[in-house]
Amino acid sequence: MHRSWQRLLFITSTFGITQAHANGWNMPVGVTDISQDIFGLHMAIFWVCVVIGVIVFGVMFYSLLKYRHSKGAKAASFHEHTSVEVLWTAIPILILIGMAVPATATLKNMYDSSEADLDVMITGQQWRWRYEYLGEDVAFTSNMSTPREQIRGEETRDEHYLLDVDEPLVLPINRKVRFLMTSDDVIHSWWVPELAVKQDTIPGFINENWVKINEPGIYRGQCAELCGVNHGFMPVVVHAVEEEEFEVWLAERKEAAEQEAMGIDREWAMEDLMARGESVYQAICSSCHQRDGQGAMPAFPALANNDQLINNLDWHIDRVVNGVSGAAMPAFRSTLNPVEIAAVVTYTRNAWGNETGDVVQPAAVAERIAQ
Amino acid sequence: MAPKLPPQHSLQHSSTAVAGGHSQHGHAAQPKGIMRWLLTTNHKEIGSLYLIFSLVMFFVGGMFALVVRAELFQPGLQLVEPEFFNQMTTMHGLIMVFAAVMPAFTGLANWMIPLQIGAPDMALPRLNNFSFWLLPVAFTLLLSTLFMPGGGPNFGWTFYAPLSTTYAPPSTTFFILALHIAGISSILGAINIIATILNMRAPGMRMMDMPLFVWTWLITAFLLIAVMPVLAGVITMMLMDINFGTSFFDAAGGGDPVLFQHLFWFFGHPEVYIMILPAFGIVSAIIPTFARKPLFGYASMVYATAAIALLSFLVWAHHMFIVGLPLTAELFFMYSTMLIAVPTGVKVFNWVTTLFRGSISFESPMLFALAFVVLFTIGGFSGLMLAIAPADFQYHDTYFVVAHFHYVLVPGAIFAIMAGVYYWLPKWTGHYPNERLAQCHFWCSIIGVNLTFFPMHFAGLAGMPRRIPDYALQFADFNLLSSIGAFFFGASQLIFVLVVVMCVRGGKKAPAKAWEGAEDLEWSVPSPAPLHTFETPPVFNRTHHHD
Repeated sequence: MHRSWQRLLFITSTFGITQAHANGWNMPVGVTDISQDIFGLHMAIFWVCVVIGVIVFGVMFYSLLKYRHSKGAKAASFHEHTSVEVLWTAIPILILIGMAVPATATLKNMYDSSEADLDVMITGQQWRWRYEYLGEDVAFTSNMSTPREQIRGEETRDEHYLLDVDEPLVLPINRKVRFLMTSDDVIHSWWVPELAVKQDTIPGFINENWVKINEPGIYRGQCAELCGVNHGFMPVVVHAVEEEEFEVWLAERKEAAEQEAMGIDREWAMEDLMARGESVYQAICSSCHQRDGQGAMPAFPALANNDQLINNLDWHIDRVVNGVSGAAMPAFRSTLNPVEIAAVVTYTRNAWGNETGDVVQPAAVAERIAQ
Repeated sequence: MAPKLPPQHSLQHSSTAVAGGHSQHGHAAQPKGIMRWLLTTNHKEIGSLYLIFSLVMFFVGGMFALVVRAELFQPGLQLVEPEFFNQMTTMHGLIMVFAAVMPAFTGLANWMIPLQIGAPDMALPRLNNFSFWLLPVAFTLLLSTLFMPGGGPNFGWTFYAPLSTTYAPPSTTFFILALHIAGISSILGAINIIATILNMRAPGMRMMDMPLFVWTWLITAFLLIAVMPVLAGVITMMLMDINFGTSFFDAAGGGDPVLFQHLFWFFGHPEVYIMILPAFGIVSAIIPTFARKPLFGYASMVYATAAIALLSFLVWAHHMFIVGLPLTAELFFMYSTMLIAVPTGVKVFNWVTTLFRGSISFESPMLFALAFVVLFTIGGFSGLMLAIAPADFQYHDTYFVVAHFHYVLVPGAIFAIMAGVYYWLPKWTGHYPNERLAQCHFWCSIIGVNLTFFPMHFAGLAGMPRRIPDYALQFADFNLLSSIGAFFFGASQLIFVLVVVMCVRGGKKAPAKAWEGAEDLEWSVPSPAPLHTFETPPVFNRTHHHD
């Protein structure tokens, strides 16, 4: 019954605003049942406000025009009227109850994340998202891919300026996907307007939300909770695909993960580690330590010509693996694999004038993580 | 409304007392120059100090806002780095809330509450001096953090942990100290106001005879006393986390980042009403004056204010709909928040009904009060939309929220303050403000405020998050308009300063009762109000409609 009431709200309220939606003036209708319910609630409460506003401001402006001192209006002296006052207390209560009923139904539905077909762990990190397909051994981080030159105005900004990532979250349509959401550092908020999912990711907590997407497509959003200096550069991109396509993609990712796991045991050449390390560094480390390793004091120390780093290999690996407690440096032992850590350590020890010549093998890092 | 003016003999009384005041007291020579202002215990002088301080801070906070708007003028990073941008958004909020709006209302309270209740001064004049002089200390300290290594606070005026603790710049400890000092100032000010209102009303003036500005401030003062200690508690917990190794808000040490938000908003929601209830009082004085008709529903205005104040303690988690509260908590806070619309609606209906069948003129105080009613109500409507918890999952932390709270705070609280200033300037200075310039200020402000904040509704609905230094291209048009509006609004406020300065220096002379329809006791003393008034209490003449 609630459902049909909401559908009715939705249909009546979308009337006449399709144009507004297309122009990006209004909340998107979205591609889930919940997002459409929310849109219906939004438009319903909007029209309630419009009607009340027209009546109240109508009386007000009528009075302002009609009862002007300059036109010789004589003031009445009435100053209370019990039945009118009771009436305009009671009517708003009834309107509010009328709004609360469908809102309650939608909210209950949003909170029912049971019986999901797929669980995805979403972890916020300054300033990227990590996605883990639970039970599938597939995990990756998703970084903004808009180049710095576009932000600085040195290149033309493309259509999805600030809303593009290196690896989108890939989800199947028509399946209930449960999100388990947490954070490694500060509070972030994972938001995709067209999915109507916005949920804080909080260190020490695991929040739940869910989505069942009706249409394939690419849906973009952003971090919604101020999370530090690069809060504005932490987009979310969801790529919703047909179920078969999703299965193929997942299988490919699993295989790639296995390949990567095998890479831990083999001996890597320095140039391979340097190449890999540079891509990891630019994706993960450069947002704080800067692309040239110069850092940004006082929070983010320089890595180039950093004596402590150059003279102490063990200390260096430990910082990357375990992070620095009480400071912005996170522990990467669970977000980067041993190959990536070995590569990025090798890279930082041999880039920007750091000429240690050290080569760190993934096996050594794996051993360190195991300790 | 029957006039509340005291009988003529009491008027005589107070003015003779003024004339002879100084010599009778036999004080040693009054301090001159700076010492006069440092040591003053006079409610009018302290009121002026509060108002001047608040005006200066309004421009400081405004400059910060313009830095933000300049950076957001178009996509890309052009003027400032994100780190400094975050300091600007944070400082803008902190300064406007704690150093501009709150002291402005305290200044008006200092000036007007004794005059409106027929008291010679505040109940605790030396405490009054201390409350004020804490503020320049607090905010000099706060502003000095901008020049410290690592910069000033950069975590938003809501300073959510752990961004404001584990990940905060080193200056955060100074920020905490500054807020402590400002909080002490507020608590002492509130105690003073309560003591004054409860003990020093003119003989014959009962609680239900008090002007609504006095009523709303009385309720506001209780809110302050209730929640400022909570703020002090939460920032002390931050202090411990930062400097003494505790883990109140650090999950790694078993702490709870969500606890911070519960504590902050238990303070923060009443805080937003602290910034609006006195505004209700001002508007409730001005509308009847210029409609020449008694305020409709005086008693229901008082009850509605009290109801809003009580509800303000029960709605805090509507700021936290997406932190993962249990369903029952979401429902409770959604319903309680929606309920606020009822007493707020009563107030708006009462103002509109006061206008109905009045005899209305449109002097500058009235223009600002009318704009308040319309634009505050628009902010109330978006507030009602935000109360719908499922929809808030889309609105939360977007520019829709920014639009909402700026509508209730700028054309809400700040327009009410300006209305009050224009309304009472004749009483303070003995001159009417220049009406042409004041009207020019009004129309520029109306255009500026709507151009700045109305497009933010659309930017937010279209998906633009708050507190970002750069944005996707589809938000460019809205931001362009907002930035133009902000600079226009900011420049318009220079007219306000001009009007005030001109009014202090001269202008059309105002009689004791400066506005034809004005009824309250402050209009019984001469304009400008002498330094000492009501040294002999007036006899309050109760022929009042709500007996």
